[in-house]
Amino acid sequence: MEAWRLPLSSSIRGKLISAGYTSLPSISSVSSSDLARDVNITEEEAFEILRLAKQSSGSSSCNGSRSLINGAKNAWDMLHEEDSLPRITTSCSDLDSILGGGISCRDVTEIGGVPGIGKTQIGIQLSVNVQIPRECGGLGGKAIYIDTEGSFMVERALQIAEACVEDMEEYTGYMHKHFQANQVQMKPKDILDNIFYFRVCSYTEQIALVNHLDKFISENKDVKVVIVDSITFHFRQDFDDLVQRTRVLSEMALKFMKLAKKFSLAVVLLNQVTTKYTEGSFQLALALGDSWSHSCTNRVILYWNGDERYAYIDKSPSLPSASASYTVTSRGLRNSSSSSKRVKMM
Amino acid sequence: MSNKLIGEMGLHTKISNIFAARNIITAKDALSMTEFELMELLDVGMKEIRLAIALISEATSPPCQSARSLLEKKVENEHLLGHLPTHLKGLDETLCGGIPFGVLTELVGPPGIGKSQFCMKLALSASFPVAYGGLDGRVIYIDVESKFSSRRVIEMGVKSFPEVFHLKGMAQEMAGRILVLRPTSLANFTESIQELKDSILQNQVKLLVIDSMTALLSGENKPGAQRQPQLGWHISFLKSLAEFSRIPIVVTNQVRSQNRDETSQYSFQAKLKDGFQEHTKTYDSHLVAALGINWAHAVTIRLVLEAKSGQRIIKVAKSPMSPPLAFPFHITSAGISLLSDNGTELKGPGINTIHARGHSDMINFHGDCS
Repeated sequence: MEAWRLPLSSSIRGKLISAGYTSLPSISSVSSSDLARDVNITEEEAFEILRLAKQSSGSSSCNGSRSLINGAKNAWDMLHEEDSLPRITTSCSDLDSILGGGISCRDVTEIGGVPGIGKTQIGIQLSVNVQIPRECGGLGGKAIYIDTEGSFMVERALQIAEACVEDMEEYTGYMHKHFQANQVQMKPKDILDNIFYFRVCSYTEQIALVNHLDKFISENKDVKVVIVDSITFHFRQDFDDLVQRTRVLSEMALKFMKLAKKFSLAVVLLNQVTTKYTEGSFQLALALGDSWSHSCTNRVILYWNGDERYAYIDKSPSLPSASASYTVTSRGLRNSSSSSKRVKMM
Repeated sequence: MSNKLIGEMGLHTKISNIFAARNIITAKDALSMTEFELMELLDVGMKEIRLAIALISEATSPPCQSARSLLEKKVENEHLLGHLPTHLKGLDETLCGGIPFGVLTELVGPPGIGKSQFCMKLALSASFPVAYGGLDGRVIYIDVESKFSSRRVIEMGVKSFPEVFHLKGMAQEMAGRILVLRPTSLANFTESIQELKDSILQNQVKLLVIDSMTALLSGENKPGAQRQPQLGWHISFLKSLAEFSRIPIVVTNQVRSQNRDETSQYSFQAKLKDGFQEHTKTYDSHLVAALGINWAHAVTIRLVLEAKSGQRIIKVAKSPMSPPLAFPFHITSAGISLLSDNGTELKGPGINTIHARGHSDMINFHGDCS
């Protein structure tokens, strides 16, 4: 590994290289005071360089650690983790089954579709469902709803929350014998209390908020889902330089992934649609470009098929491509009424 | 928020000066670059950049509210729970009270169907005192195609609310609250709405009507691709105007024919061999809403007015809180009225299609309609 790859300011890097320290082994073999004198920098700066060099080369022989590379996990341990991952139900069992049980935590999922297909509905449904208590098979967590377009209608959230409470009461009534007599029931307004709502009015605020989320979630550890509705809106119109936009978007995607992994929560990004000219004809595609489509781990596209709404798994590291139908009712997202086999596998 | 000055965020003076020296003065400047780029530009280590960005981000982030406090604020502050009644019972029920505050509502349909009539009626209702289901405020009516007729508005008022209108001086007062603007160009319009932003709250403006958005943009004669960025600014501005001042904004849109190479399919749909595949490109529905898909995403509520076999129908095509219902209506001297308060539910994408069949005989209601 070369020295110029280290994340250092350019003047320090310049000094290092002109003093002859072009590769990492050459840096690590020197003490910090020698380095400081040689390169003409302060001792603290030299110490920092040595620390970075050690980190990058991944040599842990000096701490006597057992792992080959710092920070790596073996696949067997990860399997156990993946299987025990909680998932957030979408209240539509067909949709849940193609998603492998629901929206997975620790992952970034992108959901896109034409206007009116139900993206905001799914967002609101997930922010309510994440709060289903563990006893009923949920996560008992809180939700962050980042609204960039003003599409969050609080009356609709209340409607969905009320329906969820009714469903839970039915369920606990059925399983009554398993519960203690003084079980506290969730009320719809309590559910609304646990949805942290942010209204973002420009892409600057959007980026600022994503940066700030780390601190916010550290102070509110029971947040288990972050929904951004929609990720596209401000980036589509206010950004003039498309190349810059791609860079900023990739950085934002990485930050979301870090958040998902660090706090074990689900990140759901809702995206809009645009038309693209490919293969000789115009087709629909999710907005923000080809580079963005690489950034998210999972991608679900919502579309119309005849008279029904369908969801299609467009991209996922572990789920097969499949589509399932769903409907939007006054109680929220539910299975579509036609009961014949709906889940089509590719 | 994005124009917040870095100098006032409480950053360490040294780093604050470094930012200023490189002309990064507002939060927007700093956050539009990636951390690596900033490091290169400012010649500062990664740790300091991260700290600085964390502080800048915290200062620029929007405040957090719980959804519950949102609801409580609505109940407390807004008249009629944040909706402007349309006085069409079925429609008001579906929309949970009427046209909602703080968002964009779009009326789209073929020419002569009744969009301007609907808008005029809404403008009238908004000017009414609260006791009669109005908002007791001023209305700004941006009339691009000169369709606003004061005579018609007063006629509607007299026929639908006779008890109010026969009171002395009422007609004058109500009509006096509706301010009509006739912008001559897009630039003119842009200037006017920018001025509006400050004066809305001071002057008790409770409704903004733009009739029609399409006419404003079509006057510019730019090729299709150019239209998007222009519209983008207006979309953001109108949305933030609506939210900031908590008023309803009603915009009318026209229709255009669907291009032959337009599609509503994704690339994977060709591969999925569902038995239900049907091409929605029938000859019936060759009309689509103008202004493009970006606009369609931006409006919160879309009401489609259309004519099918001589019957006019109003459909709730896009609404986060309502099922897709269609109501038959007709236009009388009192304005628009529904023929049935029980809407028929239309499943599927059909709710978005616009028909204009059997329509040409219906234009020229009252002679002074468009």
